[in-house]
Amino acid sequence: MKLSFKYITLLTMLAISYGLTSCGGGDSKSGALNSSAAEKVFVAPGEHDEFYAFISGGFSGQLAVYGLPSGRLFKVIPVFSVDGEKAYGFNEETKPMLETSYGSIPWDDSHHPDISQTNGELDGRWVFINANNTPRIARISLSTFETEEIIEIPNSAGNHSSSFVTENTEYVIAGTRFSIPIPQKDISIDEYKGNFKGALSFVSVDPEEGHMEVAFQILMPGFNYDLTHPGRGKSHGWMFFSTYNTEEANTLLEVNASQNDKDFIAAINWKKAEEYIKAGKFKTMPAKYAHNLYDESTHSATSTMMKSVKVLDPSELPGLVYFLPTPKSPHGCDVDPSGEYIVGSGKLAASLTVHSFTKMLKAIEDKKFDGEAYGIPILNFDAVNAGTVVQPGLGPLHTEFDGKGNAYTTFFISSEVVKWQLGTWKVLDRKPTYYSVGHLMIPGGNSRKPFGKYLLAMNKITKDRYLPTGPEVCQSAQLYDITGEKMELLLDFPTIGEPHYAAGCPADLLKPNSKKIYRLEDNNHPYVTKTEKETKVVRKGKDVHIYMTMIRSHFAPDNIEGVKVGDRVYFHVTNLEQDYDVPHGIAVIGANTSELLIMPGQTETFVWEPKQVGVWPFYCTDFCSALHQEMQGYVRVSPRNSNRALKWSLDGE
Amino acid sequence: MKKIIILFAFMFVVNACNSGGGDGANDSTPLPNNTPLGQASVVDDVSAKNILQVAIGSKDHTTLVAAVQAAQIEHVLVNAGPLTVFAPTNAAFDALPEGTVETLLKPENKSKLAFILTNHAAPGSFNQAALKKEARKGRKIYTAAGDYLEVVVEGETITVGGAKILGTIQTSNGVINVVDKIILPAEK
Repeated sequence: MKLSFKYITLLTMLAISYGLTSCGGGDSKSGALNSSAAEKVFVAPGEHDEFYAFISGGFSGQLAVYGLPSGRLFKVIPVFSVDGEKAYGFNEETKPMLETSYGSIPWDDSHHPDISQTNGELDGRWVFINANNTPRIARISLSTFETEEIIEIPNSAGNHSSSFVTENTEYVIAGTRFSIPIPQKDISIDEYKGNFKGALSFVSVDPEEGHMEVAFQILMPGFNYDLTHPGRGKSHGWMFFSTYNTEEANTLLEVNASQNDKDFIAAINWKKAEEYIKAGKFKTMPAKYAHNLYDESTHSATSTMMKSVKVLDPSELPGLVYFLPTPKSPHGCDVDPSGEYIVGSGKLAASLTVHSFTKMLKAIEDKKFDGEAYGIPILNFDAVNAGTVVQPGLGPLHTEFDGKGNAYTTFFISSEVVKWQLGTWKVLDRKPTYYSVGHLMIPGGNSRKPFGKYLLAMNKITKDRYLPTGPEVCQSAQLYDITGEKMELLLDFPTIGEPHYAAGCPADLLKPNSKKIYRLEDNNHPYVTKTEKETKVVRKGKDVHIYMTMIRSHFAPDNIEGVKVGDRVYFHVTNLEQDYDVPHGIAVIGANTSELLIMPGQTETFVWEPKQVGVWPFYCTDFCSALHQEMQGYVRVSPRNSNRALKWSLDGE
Repeated sequence: MKKIIILFAFMFVVNACNSGGGDGANDSTPLPNNTPLGQASVVDDVSAKNILQVAIGSKDHTTLVAAVQAAQIEHVLVNAGPLTVFAPTNAAFDALPEGTVETLLKPENKSKLAFILTNHAAPGSFNQAALKKEARKGRKIYTAAGDYLEVVVEGETITVGGAKILGTIQTSNGVINVVDKIILPAEK
């Protein structure tokens, strides 16, 4: 039989089209997910995800590490809230991390993670995240995945427009949602207008160690500063902040802060700010804020109270700040990868407003001003506006980019993600979210080089998405494939706390740097014990210091006598293991603190204040080995007036 | 001919359907097979070496390593343990009656080989100091095969189950005591 080439082609095409309908179509009646979606998110047992996602824990105060596309949770990194599981805020080493000018605070509300950058691209060294309630920024190491540093932000309240990094991580930024009297004073709230100010803080980051310092603050009019993004590429050196409540209302803001037709995006020329600082055009204000630093070598944190801050007054410093009129209480303020477009999502606006950086520079040069606010020039709207995405949805919040000329904006009220094109401002696609989406994340979204494969939508309302768990349900996130013309929903997974934002990056950027163990020889903890021979118990008045070691599968020492009621007993415990994924834990009955969970080569300390005479056990809390249940010990506690000498042993020696 | 072409086209489509999967998803391989050696598949050049890694690096233990591999119990030697292994040297294996090792290494004798080898492993960490203490206190070593081995100290010489300790190496997941004899499990 003779077969023509045409016939073969036809057959093949028929078969292919059949295949496309059966495996790639989105019209399945079985729900939003189909088998093709399942395959796209399936990561086989033992295989790794393609991307890391660092998803903010919101009101949990923490940062969660997930894999994409699987949506699997790997770790919750404690940042601003205590964590009994990891002893964060409970052991002596990490207690200083939660110090503030208000004293120790066990909780906060974490919002916007952002990964450090070099030349506008993710470099995978650190991830920063802000505390919203008591204003702080934390730096987390992406080799240990632990919080290394927390700096408090003075003159700030509601640190929402934070913690976004500039393109060489020169600065990590902290805005202020609430304006306040600066310095704080006892005045009537009715005196808000004109008297309250908003501080925008530029926190410099040491390029080697990552150490943070509040370099300077710009004291802005008493608006609410909502979100911010750095310029990049051509707009590098500028920072853009969305503002609302330019009405300067101090009560019933849901009405009173929605009066003006337009609020502003504030464009800050921080290179200019650096010049003014260099020229001495700043004031030094007294201030009190904590700077907490964890040292990997001593496995311990210290807290230092800072005493002053440099401030700049934009009304006296020309060229420092310009206002770009932007309709109706803009929330998200996002800059595209080229640095040309600044997208303002007016929460209450019917359209999305996009400003042009090039037009902005020209308008400044041509002095196209429509008046001023507190000495800051207001640029003419038409002179800076690049375009408008007309009626894309209801309640726009945030925009990210795929690096291929497309933008993706979330709409809270209409519960959807909308894909639109930069330049033409045309809507290309829309997909529902479940429900009421807040932020979205494309890995590398806040950089010159996004990885436009997946989009993660983080929702505010969950309702019926998962098995119900009483009145309180988790928050949901949805993953979309954005490689095609149309977005495709792939996966729906729960998150911790409330995911305000996320930062993502290719797994290969971090995987090789992830630390496996701490080297025992590099351990400079003041109470480290590096061999069992050096273990001891030392009394200093009422303080008893136990220099203890742990290794599979025993503590040394494991029998201790001579402790008395009323003593403060410090367990300084070193994990002698030098083997990946062999942590040991320790807890003692009645201790008014958490367990310790100690990584190989690390030393941690907890305090136990025995209140009753007796013999009290302690044990390993992490199933470490085949003889884990044997890993235990006893402390004998004698009456206060006892003369019993300290004695310690392991197996009678 | 026509049938072949249709089949070919159909296969193409099936392949196209599968191409979107994760990098480990391959229909022809059962999923658990991507780590056939269990924990022994873990690549880790940072941690201190475990018992298996040390044994593999020892030129005096090539027969032991071959036997462990033939018995497919590598994963036991990289487990969290803690484990003490009495590791017979190549010479100890050579001292067995001729043909014994060859017979044990045959696939049909896998479980017998595994049983003999596990008689050389004991839960816990027993270095020479700990073994001396065992002898002093009259405690015996309980092996993974279920035998109790007597520890005898004569001068500086320690024997366990009749095998002489030639040297001791601390590893990340336990202790290797090099021995000069195979410790055959007691007949039960």
